[in-house]
Amino acid sequence: MAVRDPLTDPAIEPRPAAGVPLLPEAVPAPAGTGGTGSGRRQSPRQRLASLAVLVPVAIIGLFPFYWMVTTALTPKAAAIRVPPTLFPLDATLDNLTSLFAQAPVLLWAFNSLLIATAIMVGHVILDSMAGYAFARKRFPGKALFFTLIVGSLMIPVHVTLVPRFILITNLGLNDHLLGVIAPSIADVFGIFLMRQFMQSLPTELEEAARVDGANEWQVFWRIVMPLSRPAVATVGIFSFVGAWNAFLWPLIVLSDRNLLTLPVGVALLQQEFSSNIGLQMAGAIVGAVPMILLFLLFQRHFLEGVRVGALKG
Amino acid sequence: MAASPSVRRAGRVRRFWDRNGPGYLFVAPSLLFFGVFIFVPLGWSFLLSFQEFGFRGSTWVGLDNYLGLLGDPIFRQAAINTVIYSVFTVAVWVLVAMVLATLIHPLPPRLRTFFRAAYYLPAVTSAVFIALVWKWILNANPWGLANHVLSLFGAGPLGFISDPSPFAGANVALWSVILSSVLTIPAVGVVLYSAALAGIPQELYEAAETEGAGAWAKFRHITVPLLKPITLYVAIIYTIAAFEVFDRVYVMTGGGPGYATNTIVYLIWRTGFRFGDYGVASAQAFLLFAVIATISVLQFRALRSDVEY
Repeated sequence: MAVRDPLTDPAIEPRPAAGVPLLPEAVPAPAGTGGTGSGRRQSPRQRLASLAVLVPVAIIGLFPFYWMVTTALTPKAAAIRVPPTLFPLDATLDNLTSLFAQAPVLLWAFNSLLIATAIMVGHVILDSMAGYAFARKRFPGKALFFTLIVGSLMIPVHVTLVPRFILITNLGLNDHLLGVIAPSIADVFGIFLMRQFMQSLPTELEEAARVDGANEWQVFWRIVMPLSRPAVATVGIFSFVGAWNAFLWPLIVLSDRNLLTLPVGVALLQQEFSSNIGLQMAGAIVGAVPMILLFLLFQRHFLEGVRVGALKG
Repeated sequence: MAASPSVRRAGRVRRFWDRNGPGYLFVAPSLLFFGVFIFVPLGWSFLLSFQEFGFRGSTWVGLDNYLGLLGDPIFRQAAINTVIYSVFTVAVWVLVAMVLATLIHPLPPRLRTFFRAAYYLPAVTSAVFIALVWKWILNANPWGLANHVLSLFGAGPLGFISDPSPFAGANVALWSVILSSVLTIPAVGVVLYSAALAGIPQELYEAAETEGAGAWAKFRHITVPLLKPITLYVAIIYTIAAFEVFDRVYVMTGGGPGYATNTIVYLIWRTGFRFGDYGVASAQAFLLFAVIATISVLQFRALRSDVEY
């Protein structure tokens, strides 16, 4: 796999300064300082012992995907055979074709894409703006605002579900994609990460731009944002994946069958086609594969984002 | 010759704005968002928790919603289920994450990257899809994979997620859901522990080795104590995640059979959005809030340490 190690690869962009407060103080950011930490000598026997644990665990962790694909490729009648079909020898695409014929899966994918993209754009712009203000500006109330925003992490989303739903309904956004997007258009994780990153940037370029007559927005948009690309990428990818995978809120807001997102739609398949497990598994594949591809493409951003503050649990 | 007070005030406002305006404008959209979608709903929900919703609108009922919940067997079972689920999954997740990260750490970079990716992969997909597969694996029929495996050992078939009969302090269905969670790799924990391990100075291990410490002694006396701060962090985020379990329960059991696998958040969703009982749902949510906050504080106290290196 052509993946790079975000913790040791020297080619990876500078990361936010050390001492990320959400992580306990005593955990230093493992900067790319020569001694990569892997230098620990290990006898072949020790390595073999490690692998004897790590490999089976990986197999268990990835097994649901194997079983998902196997069941989806197994003909409907064969899926409920005893013993179960462990390898799809008589593989068929029937389940996938009947899924696309019987459920508006492409529409669900489109809805998911639209929602995830809108939320991602919202996060990138709003979180960066707020992160910029918290990193660079001085204004009365700044510390209070920052405490409030970070403190809101303490509030379980479930406490706000009912009033949010009433609010969305009053705005006429119930059963509307905007009703899913609006309450997720900014988030703490992104603000926090952008602030950390922007604090680590040198200020000379911004000052030079101001001297050249750039206004505040131009300094932010033309100077700070391009310099913050690595952080923007992390925020963007995390936001996209989080929004794509979100379940509870879309489940509450959306009810029109054509407006569902993939997780909600696929979860409803099991009620609609409860006896057709192959079709359900085909739905799970359609929902899972886009995020798996995204992960394989942007792996280092994922792991970096988790390290900086795994707010997504 | 002095300017009039209003002109002076205008000048002050102007100067204040020139100095601070951009800062306010940059945070304004986010602040508005947090106000409208988090802080206002928080207060609103608190008020709702003292009201009863009927066909004729809402009436104030004081603490009735809360008192009713404390005496409600359904709520009690949901609370107990949530605690059992959380205790077991968090304990296993934290332990597994620490062990996996420790085992990955000394490997060559290429292998490390491979395992971190392999372990993180399931975490990037929605829990809905993984839970759907687990529901299929843990189904009660003889053609279910779990029952097939049992039959190889001459055991089973078990009802798994559809069996509400008591077992080991809970019931078979709840243990089946817990099993599916425990077999999900704690990917976030592995990544966080890996980052923390990279920060432990190599000299500590070398010093221990010269004194003849084996792998277990080094793990027990260097790695575990030095990882304590990150263990605190991982334990808290996993406890919160476990207490808020919803997707998995919704997909695998729908809280059933009966109320066997009902959890707090599932109950909140059902009360609020299946039955439209906004007052009781809000009271349930605030009780959850109180419990999560208490546990976070307790864990923080219990695991707090001043380890520096």
